[in-house]
Amino acid sequence: MEKVEILKQLETIFRDVLDNEGIVLTPQTVADDVEEWDSLTHIQLVVAVEKAFGIRFSSKEILSWANVGDLVDSVAAKLC
Amino acid sequence: MKTFVELRRNLRKEPPAEKVRIALLGDTATQLLAQALIGEGYDRGCAVEMFEAEYNQVERQVLDQGSDFHAFGAEYAVVFQSTRRLMDRHAGMTPSEAAALADERLEFVRALCDSFGGKIIYLNYPEADDGVFGNYANKVPGSFIRQIRRLNLGLMELASVRPDLFIYDLASLQNACGRDFLFDPNIYVSTDMVLSVDALPRVASGIWDMISAMRGKLVKCLVLDLDNTLWGGVVGDDGWENLQVGHLGIGKAFTEFQQWLLKLKRRGIILTVCSKNDEDKAREPFEKNPEMVLRLDDIAVFIANWDNKADNVRRIRSILNIGYDSMVFIDDNPFERNIVRENLPEVIVPEMPEDPAEYVDFLSSLNLFETASHSGEDSDRTRMYRIEAQRVSERFRFTDETAYLKSLDMVAEVTPFNDFNIPRVAQLTQRSNQFNLRTRRYSESEVRAMAADPEFGCLAFSLKDRFGDNGLICVVILKKISSETLFVDTWLMSCRVLKRGMENFTLNAIAEYAKANGCRYVVGEYVPTPKNSMVASLYPDMGFTLVGENDGKCEYRLDLEDFKAADTCIRRSLPAE
Repeated sequence: MEKVEILKQLETIFRDVLDNEGIVLTPQTVADDVEEWDSLTHIQLVVAVEKAFGIRFSSKEILSWANVGDLVDSVAAKLC
Repeated sequence: MKTFVELRRNLRKEPPAEKVRIALLGDTATQLLAQALIGEGYDRGCAVEMFEAEYNQVERQVLDQGSDFHAFGAEYAVVFQSTRRLMDRHAGMTPSEAAALADERLEFVRALCDSFGGKIIYLNYPEADDGVFGNYANKVPGSFIRQIRRLNLGLMELASVRPDLFIYDLASLQNACGRDFLFDPNIYVSTDMVLSVDALPRVASGIWDMISAMRGKLVKCLVLDLDNTLWGGVVGDDGWENLQVGHLGIGKAFTEFQQWLLKLKRRGIILTVCSKNDEDKAREPFEKNPEMVLRLDDIAVFIANWDNKADNVRRIRSILNIGYDSMVFIDDNPFERNIVRENLPEVIVPEMPEDPAEYVDFLSSLNLFETASHSGEDSDRTRMYRIEAQRVSERFRFTDETAYLKSLDMVAEVTPFNDFNIPRVAQLTQRSNQFNLRTRRYSESEVRAMAADPEFGCLAFSLKDRFGDNGLICVVILKKISSETLFVDTWLMSCRVLKRGMENFTLNAIAEYAKANGCRYVVGEYVPTPKNSMVASLYPDMGFTLVGENDGKCEYRLDLEDFKAADTCIRRSLPAE
């Protein structure tokens, strides 16, 4: 799957979990850019992304992402 | 079951009017569990005011009487100490300390019970083996698995002697769903949460089942279909001797279902039958088929006819005098389920599995029968309702109500609270909804405290008639609030004895008590709830005068100078020696 597509799908997941249809993600997006994205909702996002793509993240990966681009890379690495 | 995201969405809705104060104390990250509990509260009609203890402060909050937890004054404290933290503690112990780990933890739970006045819901410990000894761990006193099992057993023993301690069986949830469902290692390491996001709604729902039961929401009655529900086959076509029941083939599934129903009946759930059949045909298997586990005297109300099932459920409800929301309708036929669901939306109608082999597992997984108390009299309930059904049919023979009441030859006994009736009194305060003036819920220990306090007058009423003994059916708690005024803190009655003049008898007993204690006035209050409108005008109807009204609550006063004993056909007996 192309990274653009992954980003698009992540956007849908973020909108659903965070209940905000206005969310637009770019690879540079960080948690501070999205009002509803805090340490609590982060866990839900992780679980929702795992389910949507049928993958599992390691705890190291979960703690390593600095922005959405890193998350896209993690997903892409597991899908290929 | 809702997902966690759906529960959290509830938080943006208008909160329900009823408020509940819950404290959550955990030794791991519990923020999401708190959100799940609040979200589930919306679906149970309660707005939660939540106190969440700071991370890993359980012991300090509990043991320090001046802590925020104690200041908050929760009605319910949910305490979640995790297997993970227990394992940490175990790891730092010498073998002899490890052998006393369970006892040390139980000592803390005892201290928790002593220090907190509300109800405690303590989550027990899902089992985990550290693998250090292999199977040999079962022989080693200080092994982790042995300590965790002792601890869970100790919690049960403690809960059976501490009326305000309730155990939420998280260990059972892990047995049913598996450790991999309950626990997410990557989430745990990155967030210190020991419950997976998918497990949260299950746990929140289970804890709410307990809270709802403590607040009086209980299933009391099962309405059972017969053909292909209690037995395989159709009795009208196949005959009583050819039904599938017993230990062979698919009959086994129905036998096991009946065994399960019998256990529920023994616990106090009322079993009733509602079947589309000719009545004599429907009764035959109970009377003649030796493989049947259930017999006719296990069934409180037996209705077999060709009427609409919704009408029959209405009939059963009116005989038993219980709320629709305390009834469960069990039928293998989707058509009948839909009729009942559409006409009586409050009745619980489980979507039964196709395969009868799954009946018991499916129904027990719904956790319909949560309760907050249990007494010996519960198991007698079916017998009492059978007698009540007889009384109802007897009533039709009398055109004059008073003549009927006289024919019942009723005798009531009034006793103070004592060791024998206190558990049942507490239970009645928890489950009576309709004839209940103020709906105060009391635990056993609270009842015991009032019974011992000279400021309170505590009266328990039981009623017998020629059909049998109704047992304890009415509770009155009076409090002297000034030298000449007695306040009715609690007045509740079982709906089994409505329309028999018991309220008049009770009022006479209250007046007598007031006079004996030098009081001229009796003050009563009506606090409206969605279920107690039947007693909204009880006080004025009995000659009380309205003296105050505030927020729907009405206060009434009776001047005993003008009081004449109310009419009743019930005689008073002296307590037995």
